[in-house]
Amino acid sequence: MLQVYGTELRSRLLLGTSRYPSPAILTQAVEASRAQVVTVSLRRESSGERAGQGFWSIIRELGVRVLPNTAGCHSVKEAVTTAQMAREVFGTPWIKLEVIGEDDTLQPDVFGLVEAARILAADGFEVFPYTTEDLVVADRLVDAGCRVLMPWGAPIGSGRGLNNLFGLKALRAHFPDVPLVIDAGIGVPSHAAQAMELGFDAVLINTAVAQAADPVRMAAAFAQAVEAGCEARLAGPMEPRDLAEPSTPVIGTAFLR
Amino acid sequence: MKILVNGAWRNTGATDLATALHELGYADAVVATALNGQFVPAGSRTNARLAEGDRLEILAPMQGG
Repeated sequence: MLQVYGTELRSRLLLGTSRYPSPAILTQAVEASRAQVVTVSLRRESSGERAGQGFWSIIRELGVRVLPNTAGCHSVKEAVTTAQMAREVFGTPWIKLEVIGEDDTLQPDVFGLVEAARILAADGFEVFPYTTEDLVVADRLVDAGCRVLMPWGAPIGSGRGLNNLFGLKALRAHFPDVPLVIDAGIGVPSHAAQAMELGFDAVLINTAVAQAADPVRMAAAFAQAVEAGCEARLAGPMEPRDLAEPSTPVIGTAFLR
Repeated sequence: MKILVNGAWRNTGATDLATALHELGYADAVVATALNGQFVPAGSRTNARLAEGDRLEILAPMQGG
């Protein structure tokens, strides 16, 4: 079982709630994914439309944990204020901390991220920082009080999978005891299985499910892939080789020339 | 007086944040508030005084990744 900030999770798939074709499909996708944690956000509420109130009642009915994010924040101050507002609205100390540094890649501003993480952890937040695979940044985040790290696989919404395998493997090896969740960039279930096979603790997926032609079916496919990858890791994969090695025994081969 | 509510100018007779929320139609809504970029917890809204030109943000749960 995965432990994050003292909470045990059976499912190693965290699901985003954005960009689904309809609220009904979102609900069915969450159920099909078997996710126990979904990410949510805060946005301006119009007193006329009250879109947020309707969304919040859908999420509450699902009976899952929420992980609020600070998506769209470009500065430490914005991220910290958004986190404070999220804690009150969602009633959880969990915060998926995003401080965006560059708009084309949505690459995290890792300097602001570390600073915001330090402020929030000191204020009692349980911070899930959206970061890169950089080891030094990861060290600083752990120093700042983060007990979980969320390195990107590839830019948010790009569906490109694990961009820097070497860097991600190094991160896993460097932090054997810190839960590592691949956040962003996963496009298909094989990417998720690969992350789990490499020993990552969980994956967070949104666009790959929400924007699939059939999001509910894709959510179920991801659930299977995450489970398969996790089982494979526990089973101990074979070492790759450069040359062939016969799998059928050679001894006793008939002489038929 | 005029205050900026979620980026739009609104007229309000309220002098504190709690009254303004009522007046603006958020009485029973699940929202978090920030005044001039500072978070104002729900319990402090009655004591948060409003002034001409204040920037009020009223945020609610929304889809997120």
